[in-house]
Amino acid sequence: MTREPDKARAALWPGLIALTAAAGYLIALLAVEKQAFIIALLAVGIIVVIAAAWAGLLNGVSRAFSDHEDALGGFAILALFAVGAFFHEDHFVLLLVTTVLLYSVATLGLNIQFGYAGVLNFAGASFFGIGAYTSAVLNAHTALPHLVVLLIGGLLAALIGSLLLLPVLRTRGHYAAVVTIAFALLFKTFLEVNDVLGGPQGMQVPGMKFFGWSFNDNIEIGGISLSFYINYFAISLLLLIGAFVVVRRLERSWIGLNLDALRLDETAASCFGLDVVRWKITAFLIGNFLIGIAGAMFGMVGSFVAPNNYTFADSLILVSILLLGGIGNPWGLIVATFIVVVVPEKLQTIQEYRFLLYALLVIGVLLFRPEGLLPRPVRRYFPGWQP
Amino acid sequence: MTALLEARGLVKRFGGVLALDGLDLTVTAGEIVGLIGPNGSGKTTFFNVATGIYAADAGGVIFDGADITTVSARAIYWAGISRTFQRSRLSLPLSIFDNIMIGNHKRLHQGLWFNLVRRDEFKREFEASYHVARALVEVFEPVLASRMFEPVAGLPMIDRRRIEICRALISEPKLLLLDEPSAGMTHDETAELMNDILLVRERNKDLAIIIVEHEMGVIERITNRCVVLNFGRKIAEGPYRDVAADAQVQEAYLGVA
Repeated sequence: MTREPDKARAALWPGLIALTAAAGYLIALLAVEKQAFIIALLAVGIIVVIAAAWAGLLNGVSRAFSDHEDALGGFAILALFAVGAFFHEDHFVLLLVTTVLLYSVATLGLNIQFGYAGVLNFAGASFFGIGAYTSAVLNAHTALPHLVVLLIGGLLAALIGSLLLLPVLRTRGHYAAVVTIAFALLFKTFLEVNDVLGGPQGMQVPGMKFFGWSFNDNIEIGGISLSFYINYFAISLLLLIGAFVVVRRLERSWIGLNLDALRLDETAASCFGLDVVRWKITAFLIGNFLIGIAGAMFGMVGSFVAPNNYTFADSLILVSILLLGGIGNPWGLIVATFIVVVVPEKLQTIQEYRFLLYALLVIGVLLFRPEGLLPRPVRRYFPGWQP
Repeated sequence: MTALLEARGLVKRFGGVLALDGLDLTVTAGEIVGLIGPNGSGKTTFFNVATGIYAADAGGVIFDGADITTVSARAIYWAGISRTFQRSRLSLPLSIFDNIMIGNHKRLHQGLWFNLVRRDEFKREFEASYHVARALVEVFEPVLASRMFEPVAGLPMIDRRRIEICRALISEPKLLLLDEPSAGMTHDETAELMNDILLVRERNKDLAIIIVEHEMGVIERITNRCVVLNFGRKIAEGPYRDVAADAQVQEAYLGVA
């Protein structure tokens, strides 16, 4: 597709319509309880998307997103708030959506590592767990402000992740991946045998407090009662916005270019002065930091941590989200996280077969759409910028 | 005139094969040197040793007054040598602009704070870099200059070569190493590309170039001097006409009559 530089900016409305439709669809999917209706809704969703793609309607949407990303990002936040408002009393749905938001933050971190720098990390759930255990320990035993605990969770995930740096930097490709798999397995075993951290039973996480205001109390405003999860929903949304902005700015900077260059051809990159080691480390640490913060928040949201929640299988789910959504495209990752987290939760009939579903999804995507549902577009440093 | 690049007694072994066998080579500023020889005579190996991809087993390289024999590929770029590769090594999914900016690494601010937070300053640097890159691409092919944000994957070989050369030139190196720029192109395309390279050099008279090339028409037209390699050794040196008439050179290329 040839894009003339002086071509007018794309229309905004296809993006607005797509986001509105997505929010409406999400509300419907979350509200419906009957299994038959859910299956019908999912089928309708798939058919509508395929038909729209076939009719070429999605091109307008992707052009709108590439030219008006800031406006559409703001609108997406409003749409998510609408979803939150619609379910303001529903603990279960709010917890589910909050989980999606935090998993999205974690996959955004993974995306910096794998999507940009090409460093495979099959221990994503372990670093997520480091964050969660950090909030469990610090909330229970210290009086640190909980926002600081989030930060420490991220820093600790980055710090412990740096143990892996040496082996990861010295090996390449599959071998580096094996190092992270070993870490994921060791991490779970470490948690299970460590009585201070509650052993296999895990431990309770005291809920978040923010300047004396407890997040675990339901809210009453003028006769309307809100689920206490709305607090967590709001702060998780803030985290996601922050992570999204960081990832976006990183990609649209010389650093994002460095990471792409070293992923695609390390030798050529070093012939043009690039410090391969420095940028791999930077990407790995920033990625783990985001994963750790998301984990620390998730610990407080779930109010409970146990080794079984942070296994190698969970790391694989994070990687499959990345493959499904489109490596390198933050929008795609959020969409994919919704699919991977919400669908098995709503489709109770497939609960036990969820890994089968993930496997089929990933194989299907790799076969028919190898760049993911929403492939990463060519870098544009400033959306809508014209020379 | 003092030498810009001076290689002395370079040796590089791959197992039992002597790819470079005591090579001496000198280039002065502003000179275009042709490096020729049969396949496997050590031309590309010399480039890889000079740019720090391979470490030399013996001998040394002095560039611009500093010893760069054991220096990394990265530091050699900073010192002012850049190169193209025999097989195009562009990052295909990235845009033309991105690929050229990879070569511009030393002029771009790399700090996290600058890149993530100071977006206004970043934008100024981005716009300035865009105009410099665009002006350079325009010398080679004006059509490409209007397609700076398209991926290079869809471009024909001659355009990829042009972009590769732009990537090497954008940082204004003192020495440019061209590894078979005509590979995979037609005769006319090669001629066009060489004219463009000469045009760029018109603007920067001090730029020295070492070119590895099998098309002797190119060598004859653009080089001041030729160095002929065979089995990692220099067997002749001088202007193209003299070298081409040399008995040893003819033997290396054609075998003993």
